[in-house]
Amino acid sequence: MSGALATLAMALPTADDVVAPGSGSFDVLIPLPVIVPLVAAALSIVAAGHRPTQRVIGLGALLTVVVGNIVLLARVDDAPDGIAASQGGGWKAPLGISLVVDRFAAIMLVVSSLMLISVLVYAIGQQAEERRFAAFHPVYLVLAAGVSASFVTGDLFNLFVAFEMMLVASYVLLTLGGRAGQVRSGMSYVVISLIASTFFITALALIYSATGTVNMAELSERIPELPSGVRTGFSLLLIVVFGIKAGLFPLFFWLPDSYPTAPNAVTAIFAGLLTKVGVYAIIRTQLLLFPDDARQGTLLLIIAGLTMVTGVLGALANDDLQRILSFHIISHIGYMIFGLALFTLAGIAGAIFYVVHHIIVKTALFLVAGLIERKAGSDRLSRIGGMVRSAPMIAVLFAFPALSIAGLPPFSGFVAKFALVDAGVLVEQWPIVAVSLVVSLLTMYVMGRIWSNVFWGTCEDEAVAERLAPGRTSVPLLMTGATVAVVVASLAMMVFAGPMYDLAERAAADLLVPQIYVRHVLGASS
Amino acid sequence: MSVLLAFAAAALFGTGTFLLLQRRLSRIIIGIGLIGHGSNILLLTSGSGRGLPPIIGSADPTDFADPLPQALALTSIVITFGVTAFLFALGYRSWKITHDDVVEDDVEDRYIARRVDQLVDEGEAAARLNELAEDPE
Repeated sequence: MSGALATLAMALPTADDVVAPGSGSFDVLIPLPVIVPLVAAALSIVAAGHRPTQRVIGLGALLTVVVGNIVLLARVDDAPDGIAASQGGGWKAPLGISLVVDRFAAIMLVVSSLMLISVLVYAIGQQAEERRFAAFHPVYLVLAAGVSASFVTGDLFNLFVAFEMMLVASYVLLTLGGRAGQVRSGMSYVVISLIASTFFITALALIYSATGTVNMAELSERIPELPSGVRTGFSLLLIVVFGIKAGLFPLFFWLPDSYPTAPNAVTAIFAGLLTKVGVYAIIRTQLLLFPDDARQGTLLLIIAGLTMVTGVLGALANDDLQRILSFHIISHIGYMIFGLALFTLAGIAGAIFYVVHHIIVKTALFLVAGLIERKAGSDRLSRIGGMVRSAPMIAVLFAFPALSIAGLPPFSGFVAKFALVDAGVLVEQWPIVAVSLVVSLLTMYVMGRIWSNVFWGTCEDEAVAERLAPGRTSVPLLMTGATVAVVVASLAMMVFAGPMYDLAERAAADLLVPQIYVRHVLGASS
Repeated sequence: MSVLLAFAAAALFGTGTFLLLQRRLSRIIIGIGLIGHGSNILLLTSGSGRGLPPIIGSADPTDFADPLPQALALTSIVITFGVTAFLFALGYRSWKITHDDVVEDDVEDRYIARRVDQLVDEGEAAARLNELAEDPE
């Protein structure tokens, strides 16, 4: 505690602590993905009565963010350190609001903003929740801001605020409509998330009292000075906090229960982004804050294996398309944690590549599931059949991401899994390599099961068969268009797998040397 | 003072956890509220304790109270407040739909559980048939 006071006395502002506003070319682009959606959300509330205006605001804001993020990624990748920092509020770090974008954060920003805009187009095409509720657009934009803020923040407390922004928006989106099932699963989702948030606050309180700071760069310098038991405790506490959000074993149970009840488009964005924000936070905090001896390599490997297995078994046991895919998210979170848990360059590069691959492919699968449900009027495997004849377009759109997620060459899933397995073999972690390969086979089986039930065979359910008859139901063009865009993005990732993997490797190399991050944020003062 | 606050936080966490484990929504919400208070107290005590108001120029900086935990606690109180209000709205909605505030089971889980029961029943029935077939009386 006296440490905290000393920091305070030291940290009292003097004239040279104030940063001249607008210095540096990155200043505008870094806070952009947070500020633009928030301002747009406010405008969207004003335009609540007029849906076309809301659509223009939402799409315009997200388009701006996409362009800004791509420019930011290009610039960060070109910068000598591969990192850009900005101090909000005009105070130098650690007093100001540190916003930091390194290669990893920039990659995540680009991918997430691309998914956000595609899903928004899909939601508009769906003519469902988006049309019925004036709250959809503002809340969706707040979600976008929250996701971006979790990527750019350089401060542990602001990470909490960003998470809350994202979660509060997700509570509303999940329960939009207020049907009985939504209220029930929404309740457990909110309660679980709140418990995780309280843990987060508790962890923050403990970390602050031990180190006297919540700035991540400063924490990176001070945590290694703590006794090793305390460090390990903090490391575990943060894994639990983010593990709940990421859906790690055994903290995943809320996920397959709550995601499927949300509107289709919303489930797609939740599946694609929310869990991955948790994974991002685990990767960021483990690598930046903790020195080698406080990292939980073995524990994380065991958790990764169990997460993979339980997820895929859950996917096998279910009959409802949305639930199968939801369980399946959990299984794949295991792969990302597997990559991290090796704590090697190849492992982390593989994990980053896997995260990007999974965001795109999983979003695509959920969007296709939405198309199937729209076309067939049901998402139960036992009721649907023969869609390869009645809806060949949907079949093609399903086939690409399904083969990719199962890890078949030449799709991006193969590259991602190959990178991870290769990294595992390099450090001779045979058990986890074996588990990941078996789970990969089971994934193939899960996708095959969906394929043979939904697309092959005949439809025995009369109501569904009638809907599937030629010319009976049509899927809105915008929905198909958005899905095509996401599927094309996943194919692009296959074509550009080489450069993408190189980028992931550069990002991983930065992550393994936290000193670069620290030096860049704290500047000359440290 | 700090010890007292630590006990207060512990008591709040304890009662909150107990309430969370109940099946009534209203109790769960109150439990969440209590745990939230507990963590906020923890946040407050993470600072340096008592001190003078931290206004530059009013006193010697070393006598100041640490303002950061207070700012953090304030932020977290606001967030908890908002989310609790949302939870109450959700609870009210649930009460309007079901006229009860007991948290229900997951429909799909029950569906899977029923399937297992069914398989067990079928297994037993098959075993019984086999027994009958072997035993012609």
